[in-house]
Amino acid sequence: MRLLKSLAFAAALAPAGYLAYGVFAHTLGANPVDAITDGTGTWTLRFLALTLLITPLRKWTGWNALIRYRRMLGLFAFFYGTLHFLTYLVLDQFFSLDDIVADIVKRPFITAGFTAFVLMIPLAITSTAGWIRRLGGKRWNLLHKLVYVSAAAGVVHYWWLVKSDISRPARYGAIVAILLAARVWFAYNARYGVPSRASAAASRRVADASATIDRL
Amino acid sequence: MLIRRVPDPGWSDVTPNAQYVRRREFIRAAAVPLVAGVAGCLGLASDAEAQGGLAKLAFKRSALSATDESLTPYGDVTTYNNFFEFGTDKDSPSRFASSLRPRPWTVTIDGAVKKGGQFAIDDLIKPYQLEERVYRLRCVEGWSMVIPWIGIPLGDIVRKAEPTPQARFVEFITLNDPEQMPGVRRRSLDWPYVEGLRLDEALHPLAILAVGLYGEVLPNQNGAPLRLVVPWKYGFKSIKSIVRIRLVEKQPVGSWERSQPSEYGFYSNVNPEVDHPRWTQARERRIGEFFKRKTLMFNGYADQVGSLYTGLDLRKNY
Repeated sequence: MRLLKSLAFAAALAPAGYLAYGVFAHTLGANPVDAITDGTGTWTLRFLALTLLITPLRKWTGWNALIRYRRMLGLFAFFYGTLHFLTYLVLDQFFSLDDIVADIVKRPFITAGFTAFVLMIPLAITSTAGWIRRLGGKRWNLLHKLVYVSAAAGVVHYWWLVKSDISRPARYGAIVAILLAARVWFAYNARYGVPSRASAAASRRVADASATIDRL
Repeated sequence: MLIRRVPDPGWSDVTPNAQYVRRREFIRAAAVPLVAGVAGCLGLASDAEAQGGLAKLAFKRSALSATDESLTPYGDVTTYNNFFEFGTDKDSPSRFASSLRPRPWTVTIDGAVKKGGQFAIDDLIKPYQLEERVYRLRCVEGWSMVIPWIGIPLGDIVRKAEPTPQARFVEFITLNDPEQMPGVRRRSLDWPYVEGLRLDEALHPLAILAVGLYGEVLPNQNGAPLRLVVPWKYGFKSIKSIVRIRLVEKQPVGSWERSQPSEYGFYSNVNPEVDHPRWTQARERRIGEFFKRKTLMFNGYADQVGSLYTGLDLRKNY
């Protein structure tokens, strides 16, 4: 388990390694700054989607050990989001605060992207076991629902910035939409549905798992 | 008696300007064997060899070239392109444009002209002396390059066709062949690609029809065999792989204007004061540079082309 987690950690760092290598080896094409902005941005979205995938996957497969990866995936989303924001801050605007404020206010796609990033900050801060204890599982869970807004804002950010070919943002939009719809489905079932034996067993395991988390 | 000391000439005073502006190429050329040697020892691949190995062109240099700019390397000019007929990624054109057949190629000149017709590309160009024009190219997306184009003044071709009094605009049309252009199978834009200029813009000496760059025939991904270059307008106005030039009475609607009229206008002059609705146009990233630089009015050609637009509200006519 430990080894698997280390492997996952290394794999999650690989895109950053690839970009860093590309800067020095000149493999990022004619416009490396654009390639970095693009790369860090899409990897933020991918990690957000992976984070959101954990719960549905766990419920459908009953493979509860997956929960151990969720925090790491979420923090990697924040890591790539931070790199993405820093690229904008330094290489795009060179710390020009006036321009950045103007951008955030005037340009809807920047407003959306900035929102997506800012919403991740409290989630990253409260990602520790100590914060889960301090907030209590219920409140912590409620706070961390912000990740839904962040992912949606991230897709909107991508959608609004492309020039004409929306096929890629549409793909991410579809994935995030399905992952969010799954939550609506679960909530509906939890309230009105007759749980099947398998899902009852699964939800028992989920309850056990969340209790475990609460105890952490 | 007053003895005035004349300062000793520096290297810049005795170096011909044409060579001076190409100083980086010289250094690069000198560095190639060195870098290649070192890289060879280290087992690294070298991409410093930049020329395309395409047919060389005979040309004269032009006084209309931008002289104070260092050129964007050939490798960047030919691998970082927007040419949606071959896909929407920047490297799609260089990867997929080998399916384009730039010869034989026929250009139709018609509409409000006395001497229109269909011309084989080589017959069309042959009567003229090719010129090298080093121009800044500013993309509407916020990046720019400096490219040594080889071409002829567009005005020469237009005048030779003898426009009739009805001719007020020039419309250009790109090849639309799904067999040669895999990107047109998808409707990322309304094909064929169309662009237009006002007749006086088309007759301006800075507007050229290019057939080459860096002293060689145009690579396919840069719009072979014939493309427009209008250096004071955003790059998408400089339409590639032209098959038809039409003199018309009504203002043509370009492909980008058709796709998003609130964002891309007919004029599309480079203007740092008029933002794209979604992003700023005040600054640009010159390819090869790390930080952004200020965008210049009419891409730095205000002295030459400003008078074309006197009295025109550039905010409305973006």
